[in-house]
Amino acid sequence: MRPAPLTAALAALVCAAALVAAGCLGPPAAPAPGRLVLQSTTSVRDSGLLDHILPDFEAAHNAEVAVVAVGSGQALENARRGDGDVLLVHSPEAERAFLEDGSGVSRWQVMYNFYAIVGPDADPAGVRGAPTAADALQRILDNRSVFVSRGDHSGTHAKELSLWSSISQDPSSFPASWYKSVGRGMADTLRTAFELEGYALTDEGTYWSLPDIGPGAAAGGLHLLLGGLAHPADDLRNVYSVVQLNHTRLPGINWRLAEDFALWITSPETAAKIGNYSSAGHPLFFPDPRRA
Amino acid sequence: MGGGADAAAGEPLPDRPVERADGPPPDAKRLAAEQLYVSFDGRNVLDGCSVDVRAGELHVVLGPSGAGKTTLLRTLNMLEEPGAGRVLFDRADVTWRRRQRGLTGPQKEARARCAMVLQKPVVFRRSVLENAAFGLRVRGVPKAAANERARLALERLGIGHLGGRPAPRLSGGEQQRLAFARATVLDLRFLLLDEFTANLDPPNVLALERAARDFAHSRGGGVLLVTHDLFQARRLADRVSLLAGGAIVESAPRDGFFARPADERTRRFLSGEAPL
Amino acid sequence: MAETVLLDIALLSLLVSGSATALSTAVGVPLGSWLGGREFRGRRVLRALLHALYGLPPVLLGLLLYLMLSRTGPLGALSWLYTPQGMVLAQFLLTLPFVVGLTWNAVGSVDRSVRDTARTLGAEGRQHLWALVREARLGILGAVMVAFGRAISEVGAVILVGGNIQGETEVLTTAIVKETGQGDFAVAVGLGLILLSLSMFVFAALTLVQERER
Repeated sequence: MRPAPLTAALAALVCAAALVAAGCLGPPAAPAPGRLVLQSTTSVRDSGLLDHILPDFEAAHNAEVAVVAVGSGQALENARRGDGDVLLVHSPEAERAFLEDGSGVSRWQVMYNFYAIVGPDADPAGVRGAPTAADALQRILDNRSVFVSRGDHSGTHAKELSLWSSISQDPSSFPASWYKSVGRGMADTLRTAFELEGYALTDEGTYWSLPDIGPGAAAGGLHLLLGGLAHPADDLRNVYSVVQLNHTRLPGINWRLAEDFALWITSPETAAKIGNYSSAGHPLFFPDPRRA
Repeated sequence: MGGGADAAAGEPLPDRPVERADGPPPDAKRLAAEQLYVSFDGRNVLDGCSVDVRAGELHVVLGPSGAGKTTLLRTLNMLEEPGAGRVLFDRADVTWRRRQRGLTGPQKEARARCAMVLQKPVVFRRSVLENAAFGLRVRGVPKAAANERARLALERLGIGHLGGRPAPRLSGGEQQRLAFARATVLDLRFLLLDEFTANLDPPNVLALERAARDFAHSRGGGVLLVTHDLFQARRLADRVSLLAGGAIVESAPRDGFFARPADERTRRFLSGEAPL
Repeated sequence: MAETVLLDIALLSLLVSGSATALSTAVGVPLGSWLGGREFRGRRVLRALLHALYGLPPVLLGLLLYLMLSRTGPLGALSWLYTPQGMVLAQFLLTLPFVVGLTWNAVGSVDRSVRDTARTLGAEGRQHLWALVREARLGILGAVMVAFGRAISEVGAVILVGGNIQGETEVLTTAIVKETGQGDFAVAVGLGLILLSLSMFVFAALTLVQERER
C-alpha cells in the first residue's frame, strides 16, 4: 500500500475512536423520568421471575426497569454508591447492616423459598436422610466429599457460612482437596459441582433452569437431596426483601419511582403472580409480603 | 596486502593499470553463463547473455544502470532461476531451479567456491569478527580456527582493530571491507563483485580495489566485476565486456576494448552518451 | 486478603502465563521462522487466518476448551478441567498465533540482500534459516513479549477452564473478578496493581535484553 492512503486510513480510525470516547465521557444523564435501576442478584434474575412480573410494573407506571444482577455483596455496594435506585436481595444480615449504617431507609419482606443441597445420585455422604441442612453439611465434612461453594459473599454464600458456623466450623480452614470455593455465580458453581460430581448449596430457581446438569443429564447429573419447596428444612429458609435507599444521602436516585416499586412488589396482586410463577413445572417462591 | 588505512594519505589513485605480459592459461577453471534469458514482469532483463570468467583473471563487465548486471551475477551465483540458458562451473551444469530442494553435488562445489559481494554493504547483526568468520563456520571450521583466519582477513583489509565491534555500527566503507574480507577468507575460486565500491570514498575504493586485484593475481582466483564506472574498469581489468540490451555486445582485452571499440554501442557508452 | 493467599495467587499467575508463553515460544518460533524463510502458495490465506486469530476472544477460546474438557466432552477423560494444566493449555493456544505470526513477520522482513549474502557464503537449508532467525531476533523477542502480555492479562479463558477455585486455580485476573463481584473494590484494585507491577517487571527485564542486542 502506498504511504498516503494508509496514513489517511489510520488518521480516520484515530479520529473515529476519539469521537466515540468523547461521546462516552460526557456528563452522566440525570435519571430520565420513568427509568428505575433495580440492583438485584444473579439467582433472582436466573430464576426468570423478574421477566415474569416486571412488565406489569412497567406498564402501570410507564417506566422502564433496568436490572443489574450481581452478587448480593456487590448489589449492596453498588447501591451505597448510588448506582441503583432500589434493591431486591436476599441477604438478611447484610441488609440489616445496610440499614444500620444509614444507606437504606426501609426493608420489606417480599417472598421466601428454601435453599437446596444438590449432589450426585450416589450420595456418598448420605445427605438424603439428614434432618437439617447443618446436619447434612456435617456428614459432607465427615466424609470429605467434594463440596463446591459460591465463595463470593452472595446471599447464598452467606447462608452457607451461617450453616457451617451453626456446627462450629470455619470453611476458610477447609483444604481445597474437597472444599472448592469458586467465587462465581450460582450457575457456574453448579456446573463446577456437576463436573466434579460434588455437593453444593443452591437456590431452586437456578438449579431447575439448568436441565443439562440436573437429574436428566447425560453423564449422571446433580439430584436435589435436601431442601427446596418439596422437602423444606427450616435452616434452609431464604428470605427476599426489597430495600429502599436513603435519598437524602443519595440525591440523584429515582426515589419516588423506587417507592412505587416497593409498594407494588409487596401488593396482593403481585404476590399472587409471584405464587403462580414456576420454572420447568417447579414453583420457586412463597410470596409473603410484609411492609415494615 | 591491502593496508588501505595506512596507504591512503597522499597517494593518488592509479589511472594506469598494471601491465601483464601473459593472460590466464587456456585450460584454467571457468565459471560461465550460457545464453541466459531472465525476465521480470514481462521485461527481458537478460536476453541471450553469455559471459565467463576464468581463474586468475579480472574480468570487468560494463553496462549502464538497469542493464541487468545484478541479475547476471545473481544467476551466476545460483540465486536466480533463468527462463532459459545454463550456468556452468567447470563444464558442470549448476543452473539453479526455484523448485529444487537443496543443492546438487556440482552445485555444492560451485557454492563453496563462488561468493558474491553486493553493492550495498551487508553485515549481519553480530560482531565484526563473527561476520568475518561466518562462511567458515558454515563450512564446519571450528570456532577458534575460524576466528583466527577471520582475524587475519580483517587485518588484510585494514580493519583488524574493529573485530569486537557490532558490525551494524561500522561506517559504509568499513562494512564493505568487512563484506570483502568475509568472502575472501574462504577458499574461493571465483569472486563476483556487484559495483562493490559504489558510494565509497577514495581511501576505501583504493583498499578494496587492491584487495580485488590481489585476489585475482596473487591468489589466482577469478574476479567478475560488474560496474558502470569506466575508470575503475581501466584501473583493474584484464578483460572488459559491455552488457547492453540484456546481452554481451563486445568483449576484448582491456587495452583493445578502450582503444579500439568494435561496436557502435561500445563507442557510445565510452563517450558517455545517452542509453543504448 | 491473607499474604500467603496473595502470594499463591500471584505465583500461580506467573507460573501459568509463564509456562504457556514458554510453550508457545518453543512451538511458535520454529514454526514462524520456517514460514518466514520460504515462499509457498496459500501464504496469504494462511497469514490472513493467523491474523484473524489475533482477535480471538479469550472467553470464546475458554468456552470452547471448557466444552471439550468437560466431563461430557470429547476430552473429558484427560481430567484437565479446573486444573492449572488446563489453564496453561488455554493460554498456550491463545498466545500461539501471536508468536507464529510475529515471528513469521520478523523473519520474513529480513532484507533480501541479507538472505542473498547468507546463501552466497554457503548457508543453505537449516543453516540459512538459523542465520535469518539470528538476524530477526529482536523482532522475535518482541513476539514473546506480546504473547506474555496477552496471557498474563486475560481472564476469560482461565476463568472458564480453571474455575477460579481458591487454593487451586485462582490467579490474579480471576481474583479481581471475584473481589469485584463481592463489592470489595479496594481489594480488586489492589490486586490489579500487583498484576501490573509483576508484568511491568517482566517486561522491563525483557526490554533490557532487547536493548542490549540492538
